[in-house]
Amino acid sequence: MARAFTPKVITANALIEGDVVYLDANGAWTRDLAEAELFTDEAVAQEQLLFAEAQTEVVVGVYLADAVASANGPEPTHFREDFRRTGPSNYNHGKQAEGLVRA
Amino acid sequence: MYNYNEFDTAFVQERNRQFRAQVERRVAGHLTEDEFKPLRLMNGVYLQLHAYMLRVAIPYGTLNSRQMNQLALLAEKWDKGYGHFTTRQNIQYNWPKLPDLPDMLDALAEVEMHAIQTSGNTIRNVTADHFAGAAADEVADPRPVAELIRQWSTDHPEFQFLPRKFKIAVTGSENDRAVIKAHDIGLQVVEQDGEIGYRVIVGGGLGRTPMIGKVLRDYLPEQDLLPYLEAVVSVWNLLGRRDNKYKARIKITVHEHGIDDIRARVEENFARIRPTFGGIDQELFQDIKTAFAPPAFRQENTAVFETAYKTDPIFRSWVDTNIAPHKADGYAIAQISIKAHGQTPGDATADQMRVMAGLAEKYGHDELRISHEQNVILPHVHKSDLPAIHAELKKAGLATANIGLISDIIACPGMDYCALATARSIPVAQQIANRFDELKLEHDIGDMKIKISGCINACGHHHVGHIGILGLDRAGVENYQITLGGDATQDAAIGDRTGPGFAYDEIVPAIERIVYAYLDLRENPAESFLQTYRRVGLAPFKSALYEQDSAYAAE
Repeated sequence: MARAFTPKVITANALIEGDVVYLDANGAWTRDLAEAELFTDEAVAQEQLLFAEAQTEVVVGVYLADAVASANGPEPTHFREDFRRTGPSNYNHGKQAEGLVRA
Repeated sequence: MYNYNEFDTAFVQERNRQFRAQVERRVAGHLTEDEFKPLRLMNGVYLQLHAYMLRVAIPYGTLNSRQMNQLALLAEKWDKGYGHFTTRQNIQYNWPKLPDLPDMLDALAEVEMHAIQTSGNTIRNVTADHFAGAAADEVADPRPVAELIRQWSTDHPEFQFLPRKFKIAVTGSENDRAVIKAHDIGLQVVEQDGEIGYRVIVGGGLGRTPMIGKVLRDYLPEQDLLPYLEAVVSVWNLLGRRDNKYKARIKITVHEHGIDDIRARVEENFARIRPTFGGIDQELFQDIKTAFAPPAFRQENTAVFETAYKTDPIFRSWVDTNIAPHKADGYAIAQISIKAHGQTPGDATADQMRVMAGLAEKYGHDELRISHEQNVILPHVHKSDLPAIHAELKKAGLATANIGLISDIIACPGMDYCALATARSIPVAQQIANRFDELKLEHDIGDMKIKISGCINACGHHHVGHIGILGLDRAGVENYQITLGGDATQDAAIGDRTGPGFAYDEIVPAIERIVYAYLDLRENPAESFLQTYRRVGLAPFKSALYEQDSAYAAE
């Protein structure tokens, strides 16, 4: 039996800046996980993944990442995604320094 | 040190021009990521968790002040004001933007540096003993050999698409500070009947399948070096497991075929290749050796040093911990720790880089070294200058007296930066350093090498740490495995796993239990952790780690 689909966001790195981006509900890329679209339907997620992967002039390394809904929008379920949406823990650099972390 | 000739300069400029055009084509959408990725990797450009990363080679760890100042400029102009020195004598910039990378490479080329072959399945940056040319115990300076190999291996047409990456390290001393037994090829400069030659070790490596290198040739005459290396690499280039990335390194080839079989194949290949080397390599080698002639050491008394040593306890502690013996009278090797307690191992700010460059220029015959242990070295300083050097280092936050102690930790970037990592390394290193600084125990503990990797690829050399820590992802949670008794020296050994791993908030207390067990178990304060471990074995440490833990839990 196939495993049940768990909610996901579509994420990648921006081609020029290299930083982490997420696909939002309008099909645009946002740097803030809270603004990302959370996919609960696998077929829709796969279709949007193809759409995202085609944007090779904007992003690199597109994939689906597990997330859960919260009052502040999608939240990561794995620590790797938590670091990606925050920045490194040894310096206040990356997204946390740019005011993009709301958690 | 070696200076680029016209050919070197033109070659690097041409490569930079090509890469600039490749970046432009990528940005304009004429190259896909699949097409671009191998091109950027050939130039040391990775895409990591939060940004691109540029890895710059520091061949055999040697820099002059102009180069160090330029590294500072890159950090300030295109990064976030710092750089990270790695276990492979590279420097990494963690935050460059794609369109800036060609400018960064051009700035490096101005000071005869580049990022070529810092990635990809090629022969990587050749590393060497960071005391090269200065060590009291060396047979010969290993850097001319390393430079010869660098020139031979850079853009070598046969070795651009090897089964996997290939790493060569060279030492000129019996006391191995370059971890040559954990490299694909390790070379030791040796002397036999008054002639210089090399002991060739092959098939060492860490990573998923750690192996200690085996002796392939006990003595290789100097003039046979390049054809012999070419024979080794070409044997592996044909035999290496291209079908399985995890079995592709030469350590697996040597393991699967046996050292005798590999030796026979190498000798056969060598006999074929040797006549094709007509002696130009040896002419070149002579020129390179001249470039590495030792500086003009001065004769001066060391009274200033003796007085400061007697009267200033902070200076004395720094000297006792951070200074190593030099081959020239009145000289010393000064190790600058870039591991201040609580700081990121291997990180130096642009300002700190400039201070170190300034000291090298003023007091150190314009030479700096980067060690695989992620520190910076002033290899040639007169002892009478040490008090002044120490005073300037103190002002820059660079006078931490902890070389070889428990806070002098090797840590890979881990999941704070690296896309391959399975757990964080840096904060674990920071917390261990801070904890033992609070306990004021580190000088009492003495010689202790903790090495931390954030994944099984072992960039943090955890297998050869006296205490090794490996960060893993266990069911979506960071978990840290401990190994004990590893050794990175001429007596190289892979550490033994203690048992189940520890959670992120349990790892520092676990290390503390091991250290207290050692302090209880040692026969006297002169017996190092490694000596104690070799005497008593794993069992008492295991019980300190796990039984005490469950005893506390039961309370």
